[in-house]
Amino acid sequence: MTSPSAQRPVTDSPAPIARRWTVASDLTLIEPVVESIVALCVTAGFSARFCNLNVPVAITEAIANAMLRGNRSEPSRLVQVSVELDAERLCVDVTDEGVGFDLSSLQQSPDEVDWFEREDGRGVFLMRTLMDRVESAGPDAESGHRIRLILHRT
Amino acid sequence: MSFILHRSDELLLVDVGGQLVVTNRQEFKQAILEAVEQGARTVVIDFALSGYIDSSGLGALVSLSKRVRDAGGDLRLAGLNDDLRTLFELTRLDQLFPLYASRAEALAAR
Repeated sequence: MTSPSAQRPVTDSPAPIARRWTVASDLTLIEPVVESIVALCVTAGFSARFCNLNVPVAITEAIANAMLRGNRSEPSRLVQVSVELDAERLCVDVTDEGVGFDLSSLQQSPDEVDWFEREDGRGVFLMRTLMDRVESAGPDAESGHRIRLILHRT
Repeated sequence: MSFILHRSDELLLVDVGGQLVVTNRQEFKQAILEAVEQGARTVVIDFALSGYIDSSGLGALVSLSKRVRDAGGDLRLAGLNDDLRTLFELTRLDQLFPLYASRAEALAAR
């Protein structure tokens, strides 16, 4: 007799995962969200480098940007974090209630003369370096301003 | 993040546990600056027990490096794992900070 589990189709691809968080603009709320996303990536079999470096750093940058710049640190303004994880890639949308900014205008680079002196201004560079794609959209009345981070599994 | 400061004359040893990120960079920076103002000149920050560092954490280290140099001292980073070392290489900040494999090597450096 065949067990029910043996009748399931065999597949190497993990089931797609989708999660969503809505948090106030409070920096202490970043780390629990990031830890949850990293845990999803670990479970999905992403590499240790991605789980220890690329994912936590890039997502921390995106959420901190949304709270500090997008929502101007106003706790009542919310940040939404949506994650989709499938066999191909991790896709993270971070949406704030701000007016947004032109991502393409922020060409942060270690070649800048004050790179080794200034305290801030490396976040977008890190997101771009650690992710495969970084896109911005909005703002619009329904969805606010959104940063999308995409990291392919391989 | 938690961090513990050990001070002995001009030497300041800082153990960093957990993340150095936007949430705690000011507290981290302020604690070290106070020690520098009180006479610490060789500052060794040990990341052997650390997680990740974001751009705010890197920025705090860049700022501290300048402040320590201005006071006539130097800032040394020790115990970075491969991921953290990669972060410094990607941002080229490995050119700004002396990176040592261990706390012992950082302390022994002249």
